[in-house]
Amino acid sequence: MTERIVIVGGGTGGTVLANRLTDELGDEIDAGEVEVTLVNETEDHVYKPVFLYVAFGQREVADAKRPLRELLDPHVDLRVDRVVGVDTDAKELTLQTGDTPMSYDHLVLATGARVTPGDTPGLVEAGHQFYNAEGAAKLRDALATFEEGHLVLSVIGSPHMCPAAPLEFVFMADEWLRERGRREDVDITYTYPINRVHGLESIAEWAKPRFEERNINYETFFNVEEVDPETKTLHTMEGSELDFDLLVAIPEHSGDQLVIDAGLGDQGWIAVDKETLEATEAEDVYAIGDTAEIPTSKAGSVAHYAAGVVADRLAATVRGQLPTARFDGKTMCFIESGMDSATYVSFDYENAPVVRDESTFVHWAKLAYNESYWLTARGLL
Amino acid sequence: MSESEIEADVTIDSRGAGCPGPLMDLIGKVKSADAGTVIELQTSDEGSKDDVPEWLDKAGHELLDVVDRGDYWSIYVQKV
Repeated sequence: MTERIVIVGGGTGGTVLANRLTDELGDEIDAGEVEVTLVNETEDHVYKPVFLYVAFGQREVADAKRPLRELLDPHVDLRVDRVVGVDTDAKELTLQTGDTPMSYDHLVLATGARVTPGDTPGLVEAGHQFYNAEGAAKLRDALATFEEGHLVLSVIGSPHMCPAAPLEFVFMADEWLRERGRREDVDITYTYPINRVHGLESIAEWAKPRFEERNINYETFFNVEEVDPETKTLHTMEGSELDFDLLVAIPEHSGDQLVIDAGLGDQGWIAVDKETLEATEAEDVYAIGDTAEIPTSKAGSVAHYAAGVVADRLAATVRGQLPTARFDGKTMCFIESGMDSATYVSFDYENAPVVRDESTFVHWAKLAYNESYWLTARGLL
Repeated sequence: MSESEIEADVTIDSRGAGCPGPLMDLIGKVKSADAGTVIELQTSDEGSKDDVPEWLDKAGHELLDVVDRGDYWSIYVQKV
């Protein structure tokens, strides 16, 4: 009997996992003993880190997208469809098209995170964001004509995708505006929900003096409750107000509605064992990537490394072995500190990040990685 | 280890999450709760014992109690 592995979601985690599985289980797949199916809503794979560069006119929206089929090993059965139901007792998925449920023996949910700016009153009307193609393109157009006034980057949602992105945005904006001779006419303010400028203490300590050197203002314990689009004012839970001319927000995030409907997590984040990545509320279900609720960042590197662990565990399981691979929380993030310098951090569950001094070399390493990302998606890097 | 008589309307289990997870979980819940709601934040992150009261003070909500449960703390909060 064929053992069926179904992956939902063709982002970084799902795509790397599918390719790693076909690499590890190629013989079993050829023999008809195992099937690997990936279900994704669209035909494309989207690499979201490109959107930050779109905002500054350095990349195009189309650079973030490639056909998923081209990235997947031919052994992977790709279904372009939306999963609308998960029955973890019957081990079946309901798809939007077709009358027959899709059965599975092992399910991996890699359904990611999305921004929900509508959760903050007034934000859709008054704010920008750079987490999807449409938002990044609109922000690019707004920045292109922004000559003077108050630019505010406000971190509203936490946790959010790519923990470095808000810092990167303000450091890049500072230099981008200087290069165009506009910086003297633009004030920049960065706001953060807790009592320092970043959730990870060492990153906060690295960033704070750089804000001061570059005349970037910051506000902490700043939790936006609503945005007034008429007066262009942010109102916070702490009772403070801040006026802006151009607002760039890190909006609230949520996981997929599917996860909520399946009873696997209230906000779409799936409760998992942080080392095995097995869902705590259902049998034979794993979660990887942004949708997995684990004590580290929602970052592409986490999805990538976790996919390797789950591939090893599933390969062992279908061979009748006891899976021993464990995820140690490995996370790696580049942090742009301007238009031509960057640093990076790597950390895991046990070891806090150490931030190195920024350099041009690391900036180019980040850009080079963004180009070679497509090899990561193929499971090669 | 000590006990608390306080009965929470809502419990947030943030055990296992590192800073700033527990505080952000609390802020999210306070944002959506009605005034008067009593919230119990369960946290195993020792930093929460400082971060949470500091934020409550800034935002004007009430810290009712901090109870040591052995391997985690229960922080009781009332939304004003």
